[in-house]
Amino acid sequence: MNDGAKSAEQVSPTKEGEPIVNDFQIIVATVNGTGSQTANTVLLRALFRMGIPVNGKNFFPSNIQGLPTWFTIRLSKDGYVARRETSEILVAFNETTVFDDISKLPPGGVCFYPAEWEIKHTRDDISYYPMPVRELVKASSTPARLRDYVANMVYVGSVAAMLDIDLDEIESALNFHFSMKSKPVQMNMEVVRAAYEWALDNLPKTDPYRVERMESEEGLILLDGNSAGALGAVFGGVTLIAWYPITPSTSLIDAAREYLKDLRLDPETGKATYAIIQAEDELAAIGMVIGAGWAGARAMTATSGPGLSLMAEFSGLAYFAEVPAVIWDVQRVGPSTGLPTRTSQGDVLKAYFLGHGDTKHVCLLPSTIAECFEFGWRAFDLAERLQTPVFVLSDLDLGMNLWVSEPFAYPDQPMDRGKVLTAEDLDRLGEFARYKDVDGDGIPYRTLPGTAHPLAAYFARGTGHNEAAIYSERPEDWTANMARLARKFNTARRLVPKPIVDEVEGASAGLIAYGTTHHPIVEARDLLHSQGIEVSYLRLRALPLEDTTRDFIARHERIYVVEANHDGQVASLIRMEYPEYADRIISLAHLDGLPLTANWITTAFLEKEEAR
Amino acid sequence: MATVNVNLIGLSREDYKGRPSTLCRGCGHNSIANQIIAVAYEMALEPHRVIKVSGIGCSSKSPAYFLGRSHGFNSLHGRMPSIATGATTVNNTLIAIGVSGDGDTGSIGLGQFKHLVRRNIPLVYIVENNGVYGLTKGQFSATADQGQTLKYAGVNELPPIDICLEALAAEASFVARSFAGDPAQVRTLLKAALSHRGTAVLDIISPCVTFNNHETSTKSYPYGKAHEEPLQDIAYIPYAEPIMVDYEPGEVQLVEMFDGSHIQLKKLDPESHDPTDRMAAIQLLEEARANQEFITGLIYVDENRPTFREVSRLIDEPLVSLPEDVLRPSPEALEMVMNRMRCC
Repeated sequence: MNDGAKSAEQVSPTKEGEPIVNDFQIIVATVNGTGSQTANTVLLRALFRMGIPVNGKNFFPSNIQGLPTWFTIRLSKDGYVARRETSEILVAFNETTVFDDISKLPPGGVCFYPAEWEIKHTRDDISYYPMPVRELVKASSTPARLRDYVANMVYVGSVAAMLDIDLDEIESALNFHFSMKSKPVQMNMEVVRAAYEWALDNLPKTDPYRVERMESEEGLILLDGNSAGALGAVFGGVTLIAWYPITPSTSLIDAAREYLKDLRLDPETGKATYAIIQAEDELAAIGMVIGAGWAGARAMTATSGPGLSLMAEFSGLAYFAEVPAVIWDVQRVGPSTGLPTRTSQGDVLKAYFLGHGDTKHVCLLPSTIAECFEFGWRAFDLAERLQTPVFVLSDLDLGMNLWVSEPFAYPDQPMDRGKVLTAEDLDRLGEFARYKDVDGDGIPYRTLPGTAHPLAAYFARGTGHNEAAIYSERPEDWTANMARLARKFNTARRLVPKPIVDEVEGASAGLIAYGTTHHPIVEARDLLHSQGIEVSYLRLRALPLEDTTRDFIARHERIYVVEANHDGQVASLIRMEYPEYADRIISLAHLDGLPLTANWITTAFLEKEEAR
Repeated sequence: MATVNVNLIGLSREDYKGRPSTLCRGCGHNSIANQIIAVAYEMALEPHRVIKVSGIGCSSKSPAYFLGRSHGFNSLHGRMPSIATGATTVNNTLIAIGVSGDGDTGSIGLGQFKHLVRRNIPLVYIVENNGVYGLTKGQFSATADQGQTLKYAGVNELPPIDICLEALAAEASFVARSFAGDPAQVRTLLKAALSHRGTAVLDIISPCVTFNNHETSTKSYPYGKAHEEPLQDIAYIPYAEPIMVDYEPGEVQLVEMFDGSHIQLKKLDPESHDPTDRMAAIQLLEEARANQEFITGLIYVDENRPTFREVSRLIDEPLVSLPEDVLRPSPEALEMVMNRMRCC
């Protein structure tokens, strides 16, 4: 969405009359439910196929039809993929927001709009490109009942003409979108071509923006984080998925269903080697996951904030009864229903401590779709190795938007099924105590139901228990068990993905971020660098925190923790974890439902630095 | 030397026992635990194939007191159904016994209960129904009688929830009611339930001797002993055992269970209930409720309704036994998926 033209430093400096190539942002303003998503992703994919670094973001309302929605496509020859506050090119397809949308264009900006609106050209510092939408659609061979759907193709064709987007790539993108079905492709392409030609013949180009083919995207893929996470789970051997629909996590399950159907049906019988259960609520969803995990299967669920709350009691049970489970939380803006179609990093503390009575959980924090894939399978290894719930904290921006990535790397290690004793093991050992710390790492051995051995059985329970899993209210049994769980959590510190550190020699300030906040950080550091300011950077990839982070903090005078929530949740967590460094932790937290931008980060950072 | 009796798989009754009960002496739940031990011994269940699952409450503690050689999971209040659903879906070789109570099933867990029944998850679902919350010292549960008085809770003004009716409304495929004071019937119904294809709901009135065992409570021993009206004389005939019919035609109804065993129902009067008739079952329960009759026995059975696993078209092999090369698709499969998403 456009925040107005206040961030001049983000707009590329250019000399009068010189073209601006592959370095601007398009914003498409439409009405929710009018099928513009096809047109927008076709434009995005065509640009991607031209090898130009792109990122698409959908800013949509919690609504089925009627409310305004915006889609931004950022082109960045330098490869920046964060949200940008300014869009230079507006496709105005929503009459109720058009004047507001136009007012946010920077000088030199562009406005495509349906000619039949006959809007007044109130600004003389932008280019207006009318498009005869109704006329072009009517003249096409599209049946009357489908005309509304193809109307969006008028802006695809017009934008392609004025920016020089390759029509062959538009056609390829349509082929991808419609899975090579020629009829809809032809129908849409007819309108695209008509609009393209009309624009070339009738609209003199008065703006500097255009695209050029690049090689930078060769071999790369374009995908949303929810699909990437689902694919990761599939390659992690997910066997049971139980879930309850909630935006923005639903598409993760939808994608998993598709991939599993593709990759995990038994070739002989055509039957499923996995189960997907749409539960009656999130309480049941996590219960099924825990039941399956206890029985020895790799099981997961996906949810968002409100659903996470409903999983609290079971998460505490799984922590204490030590049952593996994988829980994806695709974060949105809360509390309560909040802004259900907007992004945030507001569930970190909630997830970390989810439960009651001293619980702490392993949380993975993917920043990219490649990490969604990797953490998708790795979460199961960690959950089974540690016999505990593992949370993967994605967000709406990562989960539901399209990102460019290197193709995903196949898991580099076999599945780690953890410490599971078989009947033969029990024969050899001659004894079994479910919660005994045999190896000193806090991780006990478990047996699975169905293990044919008289020693195998144990009683999993949320009640206080001794090493043999027998009910106990003895204070020393309780404290011994909690001390072992703490040892196990320390073992987790060694096993979770390490932070990625980019330290600048001599820098006195360091940034810490995680998740999608990484993307504006990359750009913000370059902006600061261009002003002669160097800052180190550590990107967290998991909780619990480990020594890399403490050492990084120790080597800097000031640590700015940048995150998309109101309260500075990870900043608080770091202060709590390392009280000796609490006074050097500065929170840069902001939440308005939109992904953070480099502009916001640099401004907030410089304000704090100057106030010192 | 004294000989120890063993069953078909060479286990003694002792092998099916659990830890000593911590429930009150005389609690109906202890009696039910003992019947489970007896039935598992008699049916020669392999202990390692059984899982015991429960929620929270007095009843939910009891899985610790039977089948000590079977895995158990004492989960959350009202959430045993979801644990059972997850476990049985990934391992269909397990024989699942769920123990719940009237608070656990009739209040906090009513939703999960009905959805489990609706999915027909293979599970013997025992509700140890005493109309009262014991561990929190005597509040009414949702199955308590309307108008009943309790020392702690005063008068119950609300109508009771009928577990069996709730089950039938959710398309249950096996519904029975029994009385902890009638161990022979409990055992026979347990055997039938263990032979059933999907969810078997056993609503067992199981008196709370501490808080709700007085004359005015329909969930008490004195009331049960005086008022129990069995629907049938019920016998369980294991698979491959001959069926000896020595009754007049029409006196006996035979129901073949999914595992090939039979339940033989000797009618106690000519107009007696047909447990394969769902509408009749609903009517029977509504009438019993209206007339305050304590009917016990097999209320409804349908061995044709498929289980959740069956309708989900899962492979026959238990999902937990799948090897890594089945669980994790090949590098070529990943490459194929990646190729679809590539730029150029």
